[in-house]
Amino acid sequence: MKHNNDLREEILRMSGVDTAKCMKCGKCSATCPAYDEMEYHPHQFVGMVEIGEIEPLLSSESLYKCLSCFACVDRCPRGVAPAKVVEAVRLTAIRRQGANHMTANDVPLILETDTPPQLLVSAFRKYTK
Amino acid sequence: MKVRYFPGCTLKNRAKDLDTYAYRSAEALGITPEEIENWQCCGGVFTTARDEVATKLASVRALKDASDSNLPLVTVCSACHNVIKQTNHAMQTNKEFSDKVNRYLEADGGYNGEAEVYHYLEMLRDLVGFEKVKERVVNSLKGKKIAAYYGCLLLRPHKVMRMDDPENPTVMEDLLRALGADAVVYARRNECCGGYISVESPDAAKKNANAILENAKAAGAEMIITACPLCKYNLVKNGADIPVVYFTELLAEALGVKGEPNET
Repeated sequence: MKHNNDLREEILRMSGVDTAKCMKCGKCSATCPAYDEMEYHPHQFVGMVEIGEIEPLLSSESLYKCLSCFACVDRCPRGVAPAKVVEAVRLTAIRRQGANHMTANDVPLILETDTPPQLLVSAFRKYTK
Repeated sequence: MKVRYFPGCTLKNRAKDLDTYAYRSAEALGITPEEIENWQCCGGVFTTARDEVATKLASVRALKDASDSNLPLVTVCSACHNVIKQTNHAMQTNKEFSDKVNRYLEADGGYNGEAEVYHYLEMLRDLVGFEKVKERVVNSLKGKKIAAYYGCLLLRPHKVMRMDDPENPTVMEDLLRALGADAVVYARRNECCGGYISVESPDAAKKNANAILENAKAAGAEMIITACPLCKYNLVKNGADIPVVYFTELLAEALGVKGEPNET
């Protein structure tokens, strides 16, 4: 396991986000449509990455609740883009060997006659490496 | 006028209506969509990580095709549009990324974000003009109260999409008015339907979809239009009791080119 500071630098580089710009107003979490599903909320992702407290995020189901709807990105008054932080942490988690959150074996359980390919493609893009 | 057309995976099966009526309506408005040969799936959602390259190559190939053809690239699915426009922006603004892509693709002349990307709604507004659309209407939708549902992907992130005001969009309402309908404006029209979360937490998707449906109905909507197959799926799957249709179907109906329905 990498030291937290290395991980922090990597996540900041991947996301292109400057977490230090956050003024902790909480607007990102207030506008998040997945807020109720999350253990850690968008503003917490930003704050915890900023101080290098990343391990709890890596093992949290919250990683898979973000909808990539960019509401937090557009509504942040400081241009921080919390969704990009969530994405970088999630990729850090699922890029590890055997850490995919979804596999092809899950598809038959999901697939119904009206399932649009877009649903499966999007879920795979977010949950699988 | 010709345009290069990227249909996307779902428009060839579950969302045939979105595709077929887009073609018929475009032709009725003097636009000839040329489908890109051997297009590949956009991937459904843009990966914002700057070091992700492979997941964006299919979009670059489509963009390169349009650029080489000197034609605008038109998409009709909200998701394809979002992914392709965001990829184009990354090719324009992230030199490290575009260098990697170009070394990998080895495309003639390289590609650095030259293509112009239009959503079909932008094409109607900016290349055709709603005045012209209005002139071509043969079956006016007069008296119909219709709510436009934008969802997230059409509008955000605004800095990249530059399609409409992300908090107070008008392009779909302007289209509805051009077709003679009453546009129903409601608060949740630009909130997320739940997207792919219906795989992970169907209840979360249900909550989002219901809030949107209830809000639209409370504002008087008798019908909802969308540009996104996943939005339509989530709204219908979670108990929509008013019709949810693709905007292209409504357009084709108003232009009198709806013709025979699709087999599904």
